Amino acid sequence: MVRQRLMSANASRARLLLTVQLALLPLALIGALSLGSVSLGLGQSIAALFDLESGGQAAAIVQQIRLPRALMAALVGAMLGISGAAMQGIFRNPLADPSLIGVTSGATLGASLVIAFSGQWIEGFSGLTLISFGAFSGGICAVVVVYRLARVETGTSVATMLLAGIAITALAGACGNILELFSSNETLRRISLWRMGGLDGADYPRLGVALLATLACCALLPRFSTALNALLLGESEARYLGIDVERVKGMIILLVALAVGCSVALAGTIAFVGLVVPHIVRMLIGPDHRYLLPASALAGALLLTVADTLARTVIAPTELPVGVVTALLGVPFFVSLLRRRRDYGMG
Amino acid sequence: MGALLEVRDVHASPYGAALLRNIDFQLEPGATLGLVGPNGAGKSSLLHCVAGGLPISSGAIALGGTPLENWPQLQRARCLAMQTQHASLNFPFSVEEVVLLGRIPHASGFAADRAILEEVLEATDTAELRERRYTRLSGGERQRVQLARAVAQLWREEDAAGRLLLLDEPSAALDPAHQRMVMNVVARIAASGCAVIIASHDFNLLSAHVDQVLVMREGRQHACGSPREVLTEELFDEIFQVPVRIVAHPVSGRPLVIQQ
Repeated sequence: MVRQRLMSANASRARLLLTVQLALLPLALIGALSLGSVSLGLGQSIAALFDLESGGQAAAIVQQIRLPRALMAALVGAMLGISGAAMQGIFRNPLADPSLIGVTSGATLGASLVIAFSGQWIEGFSGLTLISFGAFSGGICAVVVVYRLARVETGTSVATMLLAGIAITALAGACGNILELFSSNETLRRISLWRMGGLDGADYPRLGVALLATLACCALLPRFSTALNALLLGESEARYLGIDVERVKGMIILLVALAVGCSVALAGTIAFVGLVVPHIVRMLIGPDHRYLLPASALAGALLLTVADTLARTVIAPTELPVGVVTALLGVPFFVSLLRRRRDYGMG
Repeated sequence: MGALLEVRDVHASPYGAALLRNIDFQLEPGATLGLVGPNGAGKSSLLHCVAGGLPISSGAIALGGTPLENWPQLQRARCLAMQTQHASLNFPFSVEEVVLLGRIPHASGFAADRAILEEVLEATDTAELRERRYTRLSGGERQRVQLARAVAQLWREEDAAGRLLLLDEPSAALDPAHQRMVMNVVARIAASGCAVIIASHDFNLLSAHVDQVLVMREGRQHACGSPREVLTEELFDEIFQVPVRIVAHPVSGRPLVIQQ
């Protein structure tokens, strides 16, 4: 019997997932606007969002504090989700995560170097762009080194990849310490101020940088979905399917470093989003990058918005760093993945 | 119509030491060539050179009259497919999805691709695996799915003017019924005008089904001709260092290799 169906089961599940995510994201954002140390009703927070005249307290809280922060969480989450998925694709390894393989610490070092050497004028939009560029450069060096070290004929070796990540994290940490040793008090203060800055530092200039980077990643990475699908078979197999492998790898590494660099520069280290999000999405809809990339971006945005709302409200008025919440979610997940790694042909 | 594939005095040394020397043969559309030789003789390297994945240092390889290096990558993928020996896929694609990856170079449209998928799944006996995850398959099942993917890339006559399928030990992990299936698929796609090169250690399977056999030894072309000319007791003695008896197959009359 020949069964003819319009679409594979995974593809129709993927469309359903994308629809649900698109419906949930506005809800999560409105939730993030109304919850906090001062709780506002849903109606009140929506009213405050569009209240441009009266200048009341609710309007100030929503417009100046919660809205930029919620949007920043969504944008950074989207970047981490989509770049995690793309990175696992070119590494052909579902355990590749920017924070585990040292890309995040490379980006942190890059940002610190920029802050240390750029003097006073590291303010506003241009300053943020410069810090992001520093983080991007640091991140790209780390990806290239790890990729070169871990690449074997059949993909990338998990062990080498994680060990290279440890080495790079240690090296970046040491360089950071040396940098701080030789910095003036003023520079030191600026570096530590930046390091402490998480999503709570979100303001509209930062949001502008995040928006540009997110748009770039979410518009460009999906162009490589078919190429990424082919690459999962192997590099020579992808080449024999007509894919320009070197160009694709170069572009994806650039975009992933851009996403990780910007998210580190704007929101600090947020671990495990890039690992957990694509993995959950893959379990739901399979590894086809045509659906995996957009669904990971949306799931990342959702996860980080919710995690940040939790971080602000669980022990309010004190805030948890959002990285703590994502790590609490991510570490058990990562350990369970390590235990089941034979399922991925990586014994 | 001229030769589909012309390999003229090819040498290759992609990693320093010479891997291939004096390789020289040609293939007509619809012809089948068996590639035999001891481990490390250069069979896989030759296939990768013909597929354009390894550079040659001298000589020439022409596909459809055009030198291989002048083919745009995408155009070449429409007429040349290869099942490699070490394809590894660590992500849980379904079998259907893996086979459809073979249609990436073509813009043949959703409906045509689905129809090809059905025919290929049928031909490679993978239809009952279609919903399964690739990562959960056994070695032999994976090999059949990879064969299906490579075959899907060249399945239709209208996919490209001249088509060439390269198979690197496609039946190494298969049971006898599926080894036969591989040769049936090869015969079917060859009948539609696609040339096929098969590297294998199964001399009797090759002897029964291919038009030509090319014997390799230490990167050199030792002999090339019909199975009857090439597969001799002396050859096995010299190249493989195993004593064999060669008799005529009682039904087909082709050489039958009996290991002693």
